[in-house]
Amino acid sequence: MLARKVGTTALAAEGEAKGHVHATGETCGAACGHDHGPRVPAPIDRAALVSARGLVLSPGGRTILDHVDIDLPQGEIVTLIGPNGAGKTTLVRALLGLERPDAGEIVRRGDLVIGYAPQRFDVDAALPMTVERFLRLGLAGNRAAVAEALAEVGASRVIDSQLVAISGGELQRVVLARALLRRPNLLVLDEPVRGVDYAGEAELYTLIGKLRSARGFGVLLVSHDLHVVMAASDRVVCLNRHVCCSGVPTTVAQHPEYTRLFGADAARAFAVYEHHHDHRHDLAGAPLPDEKGKG
Amino acid sequence: MLEPFLLRALAAALALAIVAAPLGALVVWQRMAYFGETMAQASLLGVALSFAIGQSLTLSVLAVAIVAALVILLLSEQRLLPLDSILGLLHHGSLAAGVIATAALAGPSVDLLGYLFGDIFAVTDADLAWIYGGGALVLGVLWLVWQPLLRLAVHRELAIAEGVPGRAVKGVFMLMLATTIAIAIKILGALLVIAFLIVPAAAARPFARTPERMVLLSAAISVVGVLIGLEVSARSDAPGGPAIVLVLAVMALTSLSLAAARRSG
Repeated sequence: MLARKVGTTALAAEGEAKGHVHATGETCGAACGHDHGPRVPAPIDRAALVSARGLVLSPGGRTILDHVDIDLPQGEIVTLIGPNGAGKTTLVRALLGLERPDAGEIVRRGDLVIGYAPQRFDVDAALPMTVERFLRLGLAGNRAAVAEALAEVGASRVIDSQLVAISGGELQRVVLARALLRRPNLLVLDEPVRGVDYAGEAELYTLIGKLRSARGFGVLLVSHDLHVVMAASDRVVCLNRHVCCSGVPTTVAQHPEYTRLFGADAARAFAVYEHHHDHRHDLAGAPLPDEKGKG
Repeated sequence: MLEPFLLRALAAALALAIVAAPLGALVVWQRMAYFGETMAQASLLGVALSFAIGQSLTLSVLAVAIVAALVILLLSEQRLLPLDSILGLLHHGSLAAGVIATAALAGPSVDLLGYLFGDIFAVTDADLAWIYGGGALVLGVLWLVWQPLLRLAVHRELAIAEGVPGRAVKGVFMLMLATTIAIAIKILGALLVIAFLIVPAAAARPFARTPERMVLLSAAISVVGVLIGLEVSARSDAPGGPAIVLVLAVMALTSLSLAAARRSG
């Protein structure tokens, strides 16, 4: 555990140096559209669940990922943030083996079991399938295990529903339940809060954090919502085709590159979020009276 | 007692009804109806091939169907045209080529209609052997890869991320589709084979809550369609394959109309 922590810190520092400081020492100016000069890749992290170095993806000559390094250690929540079109989903797909990189190396630990919740889950109505059946498809669990997993994500009542008949929010929870039922050591969630309201979003992140603590799996989270993510993550990787900055949330939030990509509001949003325990925020980030806190 | 030719027709059509059910459901779930249609129509070139090289019709059709599937997969990699346009191009092109090549190679006396719509009453014992052998193979293989196929049908990328070997399983599925087209082409013809797969599945959908139920129901519907279709054909002298497909289509339309009425009423 100690060794891992040290490794993580080293990596965060390394990401910092490589991503943003040029040989002359000045911080990067043009928002990530520049050449970072010669880079010295860190060695693959063999202890990590997934470790990737120098990933390049340029289908049809259009560069989507440009020499991306990333490590997903056991027990850590790593969040991928970045503007639309930054290549977040492409990176996830490459790490999952759904997309073949044009260059670079991906090493997956031998005992890797992935639980994946994709960004889009469109169910074809032509395929009749109950939630229970979907949650047992290719998995060992019985109905009791399925019921337990659904209870965990707060979707108990849909167990006998058809997949096509449940709401988008329910479907997202069902997909998360499936990912958990696989007993993963890596949970990959691509925009898990799409279509979920703000309260549901915070609730979902709390749940993921709780499950991570209980089961010790690693989490790779993709989001472009910064408010909740920054507080819920152990490490944040800011992507804009290449890794702009990475590290613990506080470091990333203060990074000039982060401010450049997301605007000054984003840095304040993170600061505001640290008050989360005494009140809630509305969509604009203004504090709301906390009903729970008064009890 | 039934006439032997009628018995053979019945034996062939009932076997195909069973084999077609799981395959047809998978075609419908994966939105591959047009894909299968293109494979089947291209297989008319297999008929021409068997005349050209003097080899077994079934094996020639199988080979051509596999090549057709590979060509479609290759062309679907390009990003300029949607897949349905590519399939439209290929299925008309290959049908035209198949008709011309078959007529040219087999001479003017060839029964083109028989290859386009099948001739169920001309089934021989050798054909039956192909149907039962090939059919058993298809059912056995589908049984083995049913779970991964179903997972790919629910969500392809989720299945692959979870470790299902997507390409291999899909390849096996296409091989089974090609085999079924090959053993069925003499009975149902290049134009009706796929209807025999997807129409019963469509009829079964409104009454199924699980994938397996849909397959079983689809097989039952197919069997009924075969029995009624052959009876109609025997009484009215209508061609067998089209009679079966017509009966199945009426059943599917009735089933879907009931589902629509249930929804709005």
